[in-house]
Amino acid sequence: MTDFVTFVREHADKLLEQTLTHIGLTAVSLFLALLLGVPLGILISRRSRLAGSVLGIAGVLQTVPSVALLGFLIPVLGIGVGPALMALFLYALLPIIRNTYVGIKEVDASVKEAARGIGMTDGQVLTKVELPLALPVIFAGVRTATVINVGVATLAAYVAAGGLGEFIFSGIALSNVNMMLSGAIPAALLAVGFDAALARLQRLSVRKLRVGALVFVLLVPFLSAFYWLSGQQDKLVAGFAHEFYGRADGYPGLQKTYGLTLRPRLIDQNLMYEAIHRGQVDIISGYSTDGRIKAYDLLVLTDNRYAFPPYDAAPVIRQTTLNRFPALGQILNRLAGQLTDSVMTALNYQVDYQKQSTEAVARNFLNQIGLFKPPQPGERDETVVMGSKVFTEQYILAEMYRQLIEGHTQLRVVTKTGLGGTQICFDALRTGAIDFYPEYTGTGLLVVLQPSASVLDHLPMQSDTIYQYVRQQFQQQYQLDWLRPLGFNNSYCLMMRREQANQLGIKTIEDLVDYLANK
Amino acid sequence: MIEIRNLTKQFATHTAVFDLSINVAKGETLVLLGTSGCGKTTTLKMINRLIEPTSGSISLGGVDVRKQPAFELRRRIGYVIQDGGLFPHYTVAEAIATVPNLLGWQPETIQERIRELIDKLRLPQTLLSRYPAELSGGQRQRVGLARALAVRPPVVLMDEPFGALDPFTRRQVRRELFGLNELRETTVVLVTHDVNEALELADRIALMDAGQIVQIGTPDTLLKSPVSDFVRDFMDDKPHRLHD
Repeated sequence: MTDFVTFVREHADKLLEQTLTHIGLTAVSLFLALLLGVPLGILISRRSRLAGSVLGIAGVLQTVPSVALLGFLIPVLGIGVGPALMALFLYALLPIIRNTYVGIKEVDASVKEAARGIGMTDGQVLTKVELPLALPVIFAGVRTATVINVGVATLAAYVAAGGLGEFIFSGIALSNVNMMLSGAIPAALLAVGFDAALARLQRLSVRKLRVGALVFVLLVPFLSAFYWLSGQQDKLVAGFAHEFYGRADGYPGLQKTYGLTLRPRLIDQNLMYEAIHRGQVDIISGYSTDGRIKAYDLLVLTDNRYAFPPYDAAPVIRQTTLNRFPALGQILNRLAGQLTDSVMTALNYQVDYQKQSTEAVARNFLNQIGLFKPPQPGERDETVVMGSKVFTEQYILAEMYRQLIEGHTQLRVVTKTGLGGTQICFDALRTGAIDFYPEYTGTGLLVVLQPSASVLDHLPMQSDTIYQYVRQQFQQQYQLDWLRPLGFNNSYCLMMRREQANQLGIKTIEDLVDYLANK
Repeated sequence: MIEIRNLTKQFATHTAVFDLSINVAKGETLVLLGTSGCGKTTTLKMINRLIEPTSGSISLGGVDVRKQPAFELRRRIGYVIQDGGLFPHYTVAEAIATVPNLLGWQPETIQERIRELIDKLRLPQTLLSRYPAELSGGQRQRVGLARALAVRPPVVLMDEPFGALDPFTRRQVRRELFGLNELRETTVVLVTHDVNEALELADRIALMDAGQIVQIGTPDTLLKSPVSDFVRDFMDDKPHRLHD
């Protein structure tokens, strides 16, 4: 509980900004929905034949899961406020259209006839009789829409539109309950608060309700302004994944090492690349060998002060396996140093974007560096079991090792690809279910070894030191050996569009900090 | 004042009014009497064009009702329906002011007219700020009439105006209302299925059946010389309290 209070106090300004953004998003979308929904409701109350289809379409929109709806909208509207507002707007439509329609339809037929009978024009019947009498029902629809929107607006954080979802989703990504709650509680309070306020308005007498509705309609654009007030911007806009933003070795590490201060927009990590490609953000977080770096022509900023721990890839192998097949270590080590960051990025790109098979990509690469040998015919009695995690890079590495072993030895290779996370791979290795798998030094350090903070503080975050440290610790604690690193470092990184980075002369994170400081 | 010529209204499934012709004199009260479904309400609503006829014509003071926009026509014809047809969100004062406002009267003139009407209809001043839901049935009916009379229309149409009231209140209210000078000078067409009401209020009664007039004449004529058994039976089918 005290942790929670501390968290809220420390992040008060961020929380306020998120809350204002949240209110703003809700209000803007509600306003737009009123602008379209009420006239549409009036129209279908006049043309009953349209009613079925209009309400049907609005109803279908309502049933589309919100994440899916955002997914459909991103290709059309990109990232940011656009898809968030559109999704909220679409969700708010149904209750508003339907209640306007029902409210007008339910006005007593004799009252409507009396209105026409005493000489009101159609417009006067609508504005003087039908709408005022339908107002309580319409208002109930607005209330429903508001509550729905306060809830759905949390999803705006997926598409970098801000709001209280930022804390909620970062909290989930980081298993940080306090962070999650500091987003979830205000969101819930907003929903309850709005609902209660609107309920009070609804209970007013007809006359006061008219005044209330007017005030509400005037207030909505005012509340909407919150969104733009809170949307103050840096010279360059950063879009970070929720996890990167919160993890100690992510953005906080950057802040500590470089004194970098940004106002990052948080965004789903799979959408970041699209966002930077479209110029909606200028700096994103990511992994340094991601195939998308090449696909979107991004520049990885050099981490010249080692803020990010190194994640050098190297095979981790059981000592007993090495003893059994002494030649295996040497064979595997022939790949050492062959794969630079850019090479690995290119290989990932070939698989992910050019849709080549991992088998072909691995063979071509081995051919290039002169290591490819077709498998020798003959008996293969002895077996070595190889594991890999579930992403492209690991699949490629596994394929290379298989071809390498089969070309250069008489061993049979069994591949167990798709071993979920680090923990599963590591356990499989330790228990002997597999003989080796490619691992990253940073992961070995932070996920497997988990040294205390004081040890970490004294450990220089450089490739060599970390490699030596994990190798030594793995040997001591688990009788597992790290073979020589492959040469690439799949670590966290910051990246920019190459074109923009060149224009601004930014190559390193330090350059970026300087650029941002020189206003 | 009102001339109806060969009026026919054909609905999709049936003929509601067939070849009907009536003249209503200025200041006369004509009652359209008949069972439900006989076409009396349809006839009434064609006069203020809430229903458009299939064929035939209606003129008001010599002018064809179709020669002007319906809403302008209706503003010059008072219209009273069952239970007053009041708007739930209008106070009594606002209700009476409705048509004067539509016609763009000066606020002072409207206020003056409201006071005059509630005096005549014996409605207490305190009622002016009340909503219809807070009124008794009789009060609502009076307010409905006040609204219809507000701009002193030459013609007033009434569709079962006392239908929602209990028999006692009904007699009381209709006697009061029809005692008004305002109404005496006005041409009234009133629809009812209540023989007593017709006998009490009508200068002439038009008894309708199946979309046509069976007999038209003074109450006396219909009582004393019915043209058919249908008329006799209809006029006879009355509680024996004609002279209460």
